[in-house]
Amino acid sequence: MAVGKEIRDQIGSVKSTQKITKAMEMVAASKMRRAQERMQAARPYADKIRSVVAHIAKANLEYKHPYTVDREVKRVGYIVVSSDRGLCGGLNMNVFRKAMIEMADWDEKNVEIDVATIGSKGLAFFRRTGGNVVSEASHYGDKPSLTDLLGAITSMLKAYDEGRIDRLYVVSNEFVNTMTQAPRVQQMLPVVANDEAADEVPDLFDYIYEPEAKPILDTVLKRYIESQIYEAVVENVACEQSARMVAMKAASDNAGDLIGELELVYNKARQAAITQEISEIVGGAAAV
Amino acid sequence: MSTMQVEVVSAEKEIFSGQASMLIATAEAGELGIYPQHIPLLTNLKAGDVRVQTADGEEEVIYVSGGILEVTPKKVTVLSDTAMRADDLDEAAALEAQRKAEQALKDSTADINYAKAKAELAQAAAQLAAIKKMAKRGR
Repeated sequence: MAVGKEIRDQIGSVKSTQKITKAMEMVAASKMRRAQERMQAARPYADKIRSVVAHIAKANLEYKHPYTVDREVKRVGYIVVSSDRGLCGGLNMNVFRKAMIEMADWDEKNVEIDVATIGSKGLAFFRRTGGNVVSEASHYGDKPSLTDLLGAITSMLKAYDEGRIDRLYVVSNEFVNTMTQAPRVQQMLPVVANDEAADEVPDLFDYIYEPEAKPILDTVLKRYIESQIYEAVVENVACEQSARMVAMKAASDNAGDLIGELELVYNKARQAAITQEISEIVGGAAAV
Repeated sequence: MSTMQVEVVSAEKEIFSGQASMLIATAEAGELGIYPQHIPLLTNLKAGDVRVQTADGEEEVIYVSGGILEVTPKKVTVLSDTAMRADDLDEAAALEAQRKAEQALKDSTADINYAKAKAELAQAAAQLAAIKKMAKRGR
């Protein structure tokens, strides 16, 4: 019976799409778990170095490192963290929108903007919309290592050292929970110390610096920025996987609904064809 | 015997955390031994072993490729680097990242086209809203 061949073909194609989205959903779910573990694993270092920096901020230093000094803003740097791959819902768009709002603000104040992108989606976005992208790091995979990101980070730090930028921000996704990710802007430079950790050490506190304060502070602050950005990227990967899982689940559900509708149409057509055939036979028999 | 809280972490994971009676590390100025009640100290570490004598008398040997040692009255923290780090290598990575960006954006403008960005973002938002609506209707 040749009824509804097109519909059957369509059902077949939707079914194979659904298979793919189901598979992607499951892959994302297992990757998400590992990405979350990595996010947890990155936390101790970030917390520790944050408290070291807070201690330094409290110490009675005769030497003030440029990373801790606020200066007049003529040019700002943004590191925009995005994913390498798509099919993860509005994740990247939310980050870009947040970044755009911020950048438009600076633009109004006639402050120029340098951008470093992490992740290939960010690079592609700024290629389309324009923007002074000075460095990029992409294809960091599911397990980003600090080495993958170092180029983009170091070039921004160098720009700050040389006075080409006066502030540095990072825009990335915050992992609220599996269902929710929120875009977030963090100021990296000049360093904003948090006060909680400062309470761990007594007032009138200072270290012995071995051999000298300056090179040690250089290293500490540099590592601090690196670890903050690394943490943001690892968190963004966890966000990416859970956003993809949610998006793919929605796609599989939609495919299921579509299949249901198409099957209904197909069955109706089949019924109609059978009814017509019977009535033709009955009509034919009556005529004889 | 008095002990101190020692924590050894790298950017990618926590390596050691616990009570220790002594810690030996290779600082830039030479080998350092830290006992409990040590005066606050901050120093860079060279590549080498960090040896921790734990409270139960065992010795943990952890290799670090450089890092930072912080001693405060409350605890001793070793922040280990994840990979071999050298300033010239960092520099090379920075130049590489810049070159890649330049290459990728050869034919793009340096000024952000806000209108275009807005249009693109709005379109993406509309698509997502449509998907959401479809999903809701399906249920």
